[in-house]
Amino acid sequence: MPAATPPTPVTGWGRTAPTAARLVRPRTYEEAVAAVLAGGARGSIARGLGRAYGDAAQNAGGAVLDMTGLDRIRTIDAEAGVVVCEAGVSLHRLMEVLLPLGWFVPVTPGTRYVTVGGAIGADIHGKNHHGSGAFSRHVRELDLLTANGEVRRLKPTDDLFRATAGGMGLTGVILASELQLHPVQTSLMTVDTERATDLDDLMARLTATDHRYRYSVAWIDLLARGARTGRAVLTRGDHAPLEALPRRAQGAPLRFKAPHLPFVPSHFPPGLLTKATVRAFNELWYRKAPRHRTGELQSIAAFFHPLDGVPHWNRIYGRGGFVQYQFVVGHGQEEALRRVVRRIAHRGCPSFLAVLKRFGESDPGWLSFPRPGWTLALDIPATLPGLGGFLDELDEEVAAAGGRVYLAKDARVRPEVLVGMYPKLPEFRRLRRELDPEGVFTSDLSRRLNL
Amino acid sequence: MKDAFGAPQSLLVLGGTSEIGLATARRLVARRTRTVWLAGRPSPALDAAAAGLRELGADVHTLAFDALDAASHETALDKVFAQGDIDMVLLAFGILGDQVRDEGSPLAAVRVAQTNYTGAVSASLICAKALQTQGHGSLVVLSSVAGERARRTNFIYGSSKAGLDAFTQGLGDALHGSGVHVMVVRPGYVRTKMTLGLPETPLATTPEAVAESIETGLRRRSEVVWVPGALRVVMSALRHVPRPIFRRLPV
Repeated sequence: MPAATPPTPVTGWGRTAPTAARLVRPRTYEEAVAAVLAGGARGSIARGLGRAYGDAAQNAGGAVLDMTGLDRIRTIDAEAGVVVCEAGVSLHRLMEVLLPLGWFVPVTPGTRYVTVGGAIGADIHGKNHHGSGAFSRHVRELDLLTANGEVRRLKPTDDLFRATAGGMGLTGVILASELQLHPVQTSLMTVDTERATDLDDLMARLTATDHRYRYSVAWIDLLARGARTGRAVLTRGDHAPLEALPRRAQGAPLRFKAPHLPFVPSHFPPGLLTKATVRAFNELWYRKAPRHRTGELQSIAAFFHPLDGVPHWNRIYGRGGFVQYQFVVGHGQEEALRRVVRRIAHRGCPSFLAVLKRFGESDPGWLSFPRPGWTLALDIPATLPGLGGFLDELDEEVAAAGGRVYLAKDARVRPEVLVGMYPKLPEFRRLRRELDPEGVFTSDLSRRLNL
Repeated sequence: MKDAFGAPQSLLVLGGTSEIGLATARRLVARRTRTVWLAGRPSPALDAAAAGLRELGADVHTLAFDALDAASHETALDKVFAQGDIDMVLLAFGILGDQVRDEGSPLAAVRVAQTNYTGAVSASLICAKALQTQGHGSLVVLSSVAGERARRTNFIYGSSKAGLDAFTQGLGDALHGSGVHVMVVRPGYVRTKMTLGLPETPLATTPEAVAESIETGLRRRSEVVWVPGALRVVMSALRHVPRPIFRRLPV
């Protein structure tokens, strides 16, 4: 078994609530089994590239398994578009390898720097959720290391598979999986951009024409108030077909390029993100977007992962860190969404990375976040006074509308509110009690929310 | 576990009848705190304090704890930690003594020192070790501006707080990177039963204001908190006043 580090402070991407854990980096199944069995009284939790915003991949006083050591791509079926890879492989790596073969990952979130294991554990979604569902829907099977040290191969029809998809690593350690890929002719995207003047205009546009696009998302200005409340820029698109490329690019249509800027230094001065600076940024961002433009060619990195171009961008929030608040409310609950957007705009949360998306069908994972309706995600500096109470109030609105918050982003929801949001939570808890009565798999998230 | 804003779910108050301790507990129960341990000498006041917090919806336990009986600390406190994680320990016990009387009664002066300093040293070390095993938690220690520079009018109390303050800072450095957060709180004159009858000094504050500053300090993961914040500047100036002048200041 690889040696564990002494207790080391660990946080999520939001850099709030650090806790100390021993880090272990298994490189093989055997090492992973040994690490889990040696986890000790406070248990273990798997961690990928640490992009969960809150405390999902932290385990105070216990062990955190750094899964990036299990990083082998085992087989690629370039005919059928199926890849078998270990859990620590990143989506970035998969794109590097698969794009030249004409295949793309089935679902990508706003960053390529997540592992396949994390993508299943959080059952992540992307801009194509309205048509393609969440990540786990494209997983054909997976290997799960359970609490007794056994490795089980699971199919999507198994209960344990459904508990694991979105189960935040609490059913066991995902070791490898088989993924169905999506065929592409080029590594570019054709993108349509349009502006929406307010929230209702935005929802109307998304409802009317989302089905025409494989990918769809809207950046929303949450500081705009009055008649402009909820004004937004929609960017929707699809993988560009070969003939859409200029002739000189047609020679190497599948080249994957992902340039990036210098990284943000570790002691970035805090306090730059104020209401005034964010308001100015939002104004500029809205005005620079074309009113209507179709067929623009963009790279995959620019369309899906603009923030990956700034390594360590999470440091711009300074030492106090930030929280991301993401919730979904169902169709027919538009009034609740309007109320929440108005409240955020009224309070003036300095949030410049807010996105609204229309979700498609619910996913089979017991704790999977998406459900048909509207999801809004926003970043807020954690040091904003009174933020905790304000978000609790938003939770009430969301819960009353039958909605829920996203566990992969969460660092603060009240445990009592969560049960109403996730109806399958009692079933999940029961399964955990049966399979893992000792709490071999434990995280700060599971302790905080009693999962 | 604490949330992103440092709000704890479980709280242990050492000095369970302390007005600042209880004001803080009330404030935190309104946020995320569900489990509260009140440690102190068994008394009707301790039971009443527990009942008050129960009314706010918290699950409250009391624990027999005597700061002066350091030999009993480990057994008593280990019992609390054995029943589950404690996200925050608030060390709130302390006595003011009576400077004039205590100058003539060394044993009474020693009692002040033993309660405020040695009792706190023992309890802090035990809690720090338990928090370190957990890998998380905050240890919040009530110091005082009186410990910043010894004053003619209360140097017995002041020196005990000076020792406690220095000890806590050192402990914070020792625990840096262990997942445990140590915070020193330095209130000025707080209007409580402890200060009843004493002449009020400028920048006097209330237990509720101290509680609010503690909550903010938890959110910011501060290492030192002054209450009110302006005292930081005032004390910084007073620290540099030459002795012959300081001695004559009406502070």
